[in-house]
Amino acid sequence: MSSTKERPYLDKDLLTKIFFYMGLIILWQLIYYLCVDILQIWKFYSFPSPVKVVHSFIYIVQDHTMGVALYVSLKRIIIGYGLAIVLGVVTGALLTRIKLVAQPLRGLFLGLQTLPNISWLPFAILWFGLSEGSILFVIVIGSLLSIALGVDSGIRNINPLYIQAGKNMGATGLELYTNIIIPAALPTIIAGMKQGWSFAWRGLIAGEMLAASTGLGQVLMTGRELADINQITVIMIVIIIIGVTVNNYIFGRIENKVLSVRGLL
Amino acid sequence: MSLQLIDVNKVFPNGGSPNHVLKGINLKVAKGELLCILGHSGCGKTTLLNIIAGFLGQTSGRVLMDGNEVTHIGTDRIMMFQEAALFPWLNVIDNIEFGLKVQGMKKAERRKKTLALIDMVNLKGSESFYVHQLSGGMKQRVALARALALDSEILLMDEPFAALDAFTKDKLRQELLRIWKACQKTILLVTHDVEEAILLADRIIIIASQPGVISREIHISVARDKRQESDQLKKLALSIKEEFCIVVDEREAVS
Repeated sequence: MSSTKERPYLDKDLLTKIFFYMGLIILWQLIYYLCVDILQIWKFYSFPSPVKVVHSFIYIVQDHTMGVALYVSLKRIIIGYGLAIVLGVVTGALLTRIKLVAQPLRGLFLGLQTLPNISWLPFAILWFGLSEGSILFVIVIGSLLSIALGVDSGIRNINPLYIQAGKNMGATGLELYTNIIIPAALPTIIAGMKQGWSFAWRGLIAGEMLAASTGLGQVLMTGRELADINQITVIMIVIIIIGVTVNNYIFGRIENKVLSVRGLL
Repeated sequence: MSLQLIDVNKVFPNGGSPNHVLKGINLKVAKGELLCILGHSGCGKTTLLNIIAGFLGQTSGRVLMDGNEVTHIGTDRIMMFQEAALFPWLNVIDNIEFGLKVQGMKKAERRKKTLALIDMVNLKGSESFYVHQLSGGMKQRVALARALALDSEILLMDEPFAALDAFTKDKLRQELLRIWKACQKTILLVTHDVEEAILLADRIIIIASQPGVISREIHISVARDKRQESDQLKKLALSIKEEFCIVVDEREAVS
């Protein structure tokens, strides 16, 4: 009964979305038709059209450009972001332990965080050359700080009663971390990881645009060199779709679970 | 297992004017005794409990369990906190099991024990609820079961019923007495509620504030089921309350 009642709402939501994007695409095609084909105020190479974007998409899928770029980029982001998580969690946990310099370090991290990750690329190229290392460095350096600061503030803001209660029941050292400190800090840690993800993803694309011979960012730059505005648009859409998917479906779901268990949703 | 405090003092530095929270506390608690520590908020009664639990060090004096000095937090003295310090990421059953899991008890064994405790505190049917799904009374039931799980010698309770409504309070007090009789535990219960102390305690100690000294000690011999009607105890309650008021008046007059 309840599912038949809820269904129409879900469908209505989805339908609204579908109509919105269909409308957007039609409007886009109309603008193209009007400004490029009829009035000829814009050149066909300076404005993309939905039809040509689809053609371009099919073309770069068929000649494997898309497959290779996706494979390389996803591999980089998995390695880079994975590394950032490991280093970030360790850095954040250490930050809560070294009382003496923790405060200025936090300030330094916050300051460095305002730096777009791509500004690290010159450093990276001088250190690692035009290699995978440079791109990984740019990914890691940006997201590591968000993750570390998330872990740090998560741990510092734990209700001290949880730790007292845990110790009282015999938890010590590592047990205290795995059973109480990490789970208690998890909502904030995940928020930091989510922010770190978006920094990592941006860092990856920017790094690939400037310093790679493959990957989504590089295909984007090839599009510019070929003056193929439709290919550029295809890649931009793919970048958005991957970013949003990871954000909503991976982090969104984890966050949802973690928060609803704790009654914070 | 008996607990003994010898000349325990606690001073908080508090800048230039040190705050003498506890002064010369001497106390002996027998095994199986239900002792209520009564006092104003801020009189240092929670500090006393924290010192016994090992959460806080005393400035001077000694805390002994069966003659051995206690210096650390230990599973022989379990604290049940004022606001339930239950873990919000665990459900009822996992909260109660937490201590047993940390102690390394096998899963089947601890599950059996936990289910018995859930039965004891009347939480059947709520096993898989998370903390935010529980009422205040249920939370304190879980906290009690969690504290009982480790079979500690001593149960330290810091105003466990303060945040509950009158009906739930009454019910939980009766249940605490039932469980106390069944488990033969030594209980130190901190409260600011005079009636609660009179209803529950074998013995009441009253802590005056600033400095926190034991100002009065009262043994209650009236049977617990007759306490609510006892005129003698009504008079006692009144005299304790008057004493409290005088102390407050004096303090206000000074300031």
